[in-house]
Amino acid sequence: MTTTTKSPEGIEPKAPPSPRRPRNFQTIDGLLLIGSALSAMALVWLIFYQLTLLSGGFGYWLCTFVVFLLTYWGTEAQVHGRIVANDRVVSALITAGALALIAPLALIVGFLVKRGYHYLSWNFLTQDQKGVGPLSPQNQGGVGHAIVGTLEEVGIAALFGVPAAVLTAVYLNEVGGRLTRTVRTVVTAMSGLPSIVAGIFIYSLWVKGVSHGQFSGFAGALALAVMLLPSITRTTEEVLKVVPSGLREASQAMGAPDWRTTWSVVLPTARRGIVTAVLLGLARAVGETAPLIVTIFGNNVMNANPLHGPQEALPFFIWEGVRSSQARAISQGFTAGVVLVVLVLILFTAARILGSGALTRHRRYIQPEVREAELAFTGRGAVVERKAPWEGQPAARGDQEDEQT
Amino acid sequence: MSTLELPPNRVVVAGAAQPRVIPRISTGGDRAYRGIATASGVGVLGVLCLIGLFLSIQAYPAIKFMGWRFFTYTGWITQGAHPAFGVGGLVYWTVVIAVIALVVAIPLSLATALFITEYAPRRARAVLITVVDLLAVVPSIIYGLWGFFVLQPSFVGFAHWLSTHMAFVPIFRVQQGAQLTSSAAIAGVVVGIMITPIITSISRELFSLAPVGEREGALALGATRSQMIRTVVLPFGRGGMIGAIMLAFGRALGETIAVAIIISPIYTIDPHILQAGANSIAALIALFFGSGGPLGEHAQLAAGLVLFFLTLVVNLLASIIVNRSRSGKGVEL
Repeated sequence: MTTTTKSPEGIEPKAPPSPRRPRNFQTIDGLLLIGSALSAMALVWLIFYQLTLLSGGFGYWLCTFVVFLLTYWGTEAQVHGRIVANDRVVSALITAGALALIAPLALIVGFLVKRGYHYLSWNFLTQDQKGVGPLSPQNQGGVGHAIVGTLEEVGIAALFGVPAAVLTAVYLNEVGGRLTRTVRTVVTAMSGLPSIVAGIFIYSLWVKGVSHGQFSGFAGALALAVMLLPSITRTTEEVLKVVPSGLREASQAMGAPDWRTTWSVVLPTARRGIVTAVLLGLARAVGETAPLIVTIFGNNVMNANPLHGPQEALPFFIWEGVRSSQARAISQGFTAGVVLVVLVLILFTAARILGSGALTRHRRYIQPEVREAELAFTGRGAVVERKAPWEGQPAARGDQEDEQT
Repeated sequence: MSTLELPPNRVVVAGAAQPRVIPRISTGGDRAYRGIATASGVGVLGVLCLIGLFLSIQAYPAIKFMGWRFFTYTGWITQGAHPAFGVGGLVYWTVVIAVIALVVAIPLSLATALFITEYAPRRARAVLITVVDLLAVVPSIIYGLWGFFVLQPSFVGFAHWLSTHMAFVPIFRVQQGAQLTSSAAIAGVVVGIMITPIITSISRELFSLAPVGEREGALALGATRSQMIRTVVLPFGRGGMIGAIMLAFGRALGETIAVAIIISPIYTIDPHILQAGANSIAALIALFFGSGGPLGEHAQLAAGLVLFFLTLVVNLLASIIVNRSRSGKGVEL
């Protein structure tokens, strides 16, 4: 009995309560997790398919999940107590929710590629649907006209939408005025404007009002511009907000007029963020279908002139394709879907690469010694790796704050 | 010097330099800059007003034809001897689909946002954020295709299961022999997945702003991570989350293509969400644009006007809430 020493008062000291460490995930917890999952699957399988003859994979997995949570809670509660069990079950719920969101992305892309890659060829990307009918061979016809249409429409939309959006963001964050609050509220509200409403607005304004019933790619571009404007404005304003006030004040202190400050200091600093905002906005605009249905009307042959006559677009081609009853049109719709997703992915990736940090840092002009002194002063010096002189300036301190998106 | 009345808190030291008053000479460039920026800011307001104005002009003949009944009538016949149409059923189904979408989206996005801010390791966090952003840019027609060709076949079994074994819940009931495809529930689930990234990204930002001191305080007092989330993170983000959910609701109301691909349109108000037949204003316009004659076109644009005002009200409320929950201009260098 060496372990239980009697205290002088004769009271046996209690063993200190073992600390509760819910984050300390031990082997037994892993086993409990797997065991609960397996037992839930087996139990629900038994009840679901053997005893009650229910059907549907969806329902099976939902019930399995509920049973799993109950089993997991029960076993954890026996091993670690209720508080830890609650924490574990909440963790499991949250993790499952996150997985359930990510699963669709993989499923959607996988499904699309599986259904659509057959017809993907150079011809498909360059030909139009001229002379293609129900009796044509499967691989005849392509989406060249739709790609040209989409690029033109989105390009023109950017031409109108981007400068207006950046100027509006500058108004909101740099100029200001009595209407700032109102404009900001309206911009946020407009970013939720249904795309079909943007479409029928341009239909009544441009197609019916100005061009006397003429559908055109230009009308589609206007509708897309209405969609682009609020979304780019919002993100650009967020970027302008994080431009350090010190830069503006420094510029003003040197006597620069306001427009100079904005043009040469604020906008260049925010350039990366603005480019990201624009590219993300375009990525969204490329896939917009609803506003195009009521403005461009669709066209089976190449029409490179956006100002005159109906035009085609990729999302519109998909929409028409999958609504038709021809197997060829449906499959080509899927292939066009692959092309569209690739286009969106290119824009998205470009936005990611260019915008890995929201702000452009002007460190070209900073001498290494000054920079190091500055870093030491601000207490961030420890992060910078010292480099030998022949390796040039200290490596750009990575904008690794992954919160900046 | 002595005759000058000064506010009591100002002490004038003899000989000390007074702050120099710098007159601001507004240059022509500055005036032009302010003018242009203000014009484009006001231009946004103008666009909004123009949307309302032009849709009203186009909607007028249809609303004049039906009178106030346009807003309550359930049916959509725009041609023939006795046209009669109204948005009653359309508004009902639009709201039903959006509500189903929220039921799907709120738990999913809450879990994802919490997972990203609280659970995920640092490296996985960046990947997850990218995935969520990517989900936000996937075109809605792709979601529609996926919903129609992939989700629908596997959802039918689930819907059948719900309608046979959960029929004690009124909303899960279906009529005898009804088809279970092309229902409001399927459309709602797809729209729910589409709006999840919106709620996720806004609430993720809010959660990551929850004060570190309070988090650590809760943990130091012995709270588990889930208790800390419940007592610190969620209350902190509540206001902004309501705004985010309303923004997503507005988005769901206006979702067009995914709904149009999945549903088969009906115009009556019907409580069976699991069986075939649903509708929405946006889907109606997308599906039947150009058909229905001149009166039909005006009627569709009138329905669009109703959708515009519906989403505008929801979005304005949402954006007031969201904008109120943010603050700060500029970051000190």
